[in-house]
Amino acid sequence: MRYSGFKVFTEGLFGNSGWKPAWRDPAPKAEYDILIIGGGGHGLATAYYLAKNHGLRNIAVLEKGYLGGGNVGRNTTIVRANYFLPGNSEFYSHSLKLWEKLEGELNYNVMHSQRGQLILAHSDGQRDALARRGNAIVNQGDDAELWSLDQVRDFAPYLDFEQTRFPIYGGLMQRRAGTARHDAVAWGYARGADRLGVDLIQNCEVTGIDIENGRVTGVQTTRGAIKARKVGMVVAGRSSQVAAMAGMRLPIESHVLQAFVTEGLKPVIDSVISFGMGHFYISQSDKGGLVFGGDLDFYASYAARGNLPMLEHVMEAAMTLMPMIGRAKILRGWGGIMDMTPDGSPIIDKAPVEGLFVDAGWNYGGFKATPASGWCMAHLMATGEPHEVARRFRLDRFRTGHVLDEEGTGSQHNLH
Amino acid sequence: MRIPCPLCGPRDRREFTYYGSDDYLNRPAPDAGAGPWDDHLHLRANPAGETHDLWYHEAGCAQWLRVHRNTVSHEIYGAALVAGLKGGAQ
Ligand SMILES: Cc1cc2nc3c(=O)[nH]c(=O)nc-3n(C[C@H](O)[C@H](O)[C@H](O)COP(=O)(O)OP(=O)(O)OC[C@H]3O[C@@H](n4cnc5c(N)ncnc54)[C@H](O)[C@@H]3O)c2cc1C
Ligand SMILES: [Zn+2]
Repeated sequence: MRYSGFKVFTEGLFGNSGWKPAWRDPAPKAEYDILIIGGGGHGLATAYYLAKNHGLRNIAVLEKGYLGGGNVGRNTTIVRANYFLPGNSEFYSHSLKLWEKLEGELNYNVMHSQRGQLILAHSDGQRDALARRGNAIVNQGDDAELWSLDQVRDFAPYLDFEQTRFPIYGGLMQRRAGTARHDAVAWGYARGADRLGVDLIQNCEVTGIDIENGRVTGVQTTRGAIKARKVGMVVAGRSSQVAAMAGMRLPIESHVLQAFVTEGLKPVIDSVISFGMGHFYISQSDKGGLVFGGDLDFYASYAARGNLPMLEHVMEAAMTLMPMIGRAKILRGWGGIMDMTPDGSPIIDKAPVEGLFVDAGWNYGGFKATPASGWCMAHLMATGEPHEVARRFRLDRFRTGHVLDEEGTGSQHNLH
Repeated sequence: MRIPCPLCGPRDRREFTYYGSDDYLNRPAPDAGAGPWDDHLHLRANPAGETHDLWYHEAGCAQWLRVHRNTVSHEIYGAALVAGLKGGAQ
């Protein structure tokens, strides 16, 4: 056995010098059948399912930094399937089912914990909207429970039920929602893909996409030119730059999203809780840190760090919802670059260039989508046809008016 | 982050509301068709580096500004009133 309690013990005696790398570190070959640009969660999952589900072998993932150094290692790890719109609903439902089998599939502990997510309502209108959403989720075949004020009070007595500014009216609980260890998801898919023969090539930035007669023929990278018949762009917040290498202009604006973690505390919050009045959500990691975040900083940004106004807003929302949090000390805050679309929904589609594919526009909800995004992108790249649950994630839907505006907030990129 | 409003001077970012890229100033004719409108409303160059975008000085002079800034460093180079620019309110 590669990993065991006994091995941890004996390695401790010998200075941890006997561990072997979990995947190879190959140099790029001159040519592959398929290249995936971007070694985040989605890129690694795409490569894994191309090999696993479609039996393809000659594949490489090109990552400009290190595997898992992007948003897959910066998110607040919430995994849920409580979407309303047809198009989104079946996709996230599919994703959650994949999550529920992921550890067995990868033989890797991704610490998927279905501890539930509670979304709070603060007015009659909000409660009605949650009832409607809950019904749609149940119709989709997933779980949702509409909770009364008393049920919320029993479950989370530490919320501020006395204040009159944003009174709590009840909530919507999804018990199958929860969290997972984000790095482990990247590592699990990386190891799985590597074992199926996928070359994972790090420190390899794609700097150009080669196109001849409307067909993709390969890419230029900081480690030389690599030829390929098919290329998938799976670069999250950098989607516009990479697509521009193929002469494309995407319906995406990049924004920064912040998150925060406190020092480790004894168990106190045993599910995910979302404030309905100010975009604040919180959970507690297995290490004990309270992990929480809020809205975008709202202006286009590629700085993987945020600004003070949103930090203040998040702290204010936290104090409004659960005053006890004021006693905790913040350890860290950080930011990640979000690929925001004008309707808040993603894109998994062919690009106008033959052999080129795009998986982008995950806004701030792409972690939970990781398994299904990889599954559907692999299906599209292998078969040339969109997967049934992702067929509405079209690149041209803004021009044709088939938008998927889950929150109904309009066409401005930063409002989703 | 401080934005130098031409009317009010350098003011804190909290006083402003962000709209988006200055592509919004190039409004196509109402009958221009789906392509130009898609371009105007949705498609973006989304540069990593220098950009021009639109901010509303809500808690100040209530003017729209076209701000020249950097999306990587958050540095702000300058700001001009949209009123009077081509595409802006005359
Ligand atoms: C603070 C924060 C909180 C979040 N919380 C949640 C949450 O609770 N739940 C949820 O579902 N989602 C959440 N998200 C969103 C989620 O993290 C992202 O949508 C998702 O991780 C994006 O997909 P990815 O993992 O493939 O991206 P990434 O990990 O960013 O992968 C993209 C990779 O492409 C590489 N790349 C870019 N350009 C090039 C190039 N030219 N050549 C080679 N490689 C390149 C990058 O280095 C990067 O490693 C959150 C995000 C942030 C920042
Ligand atoms: Zn002003």
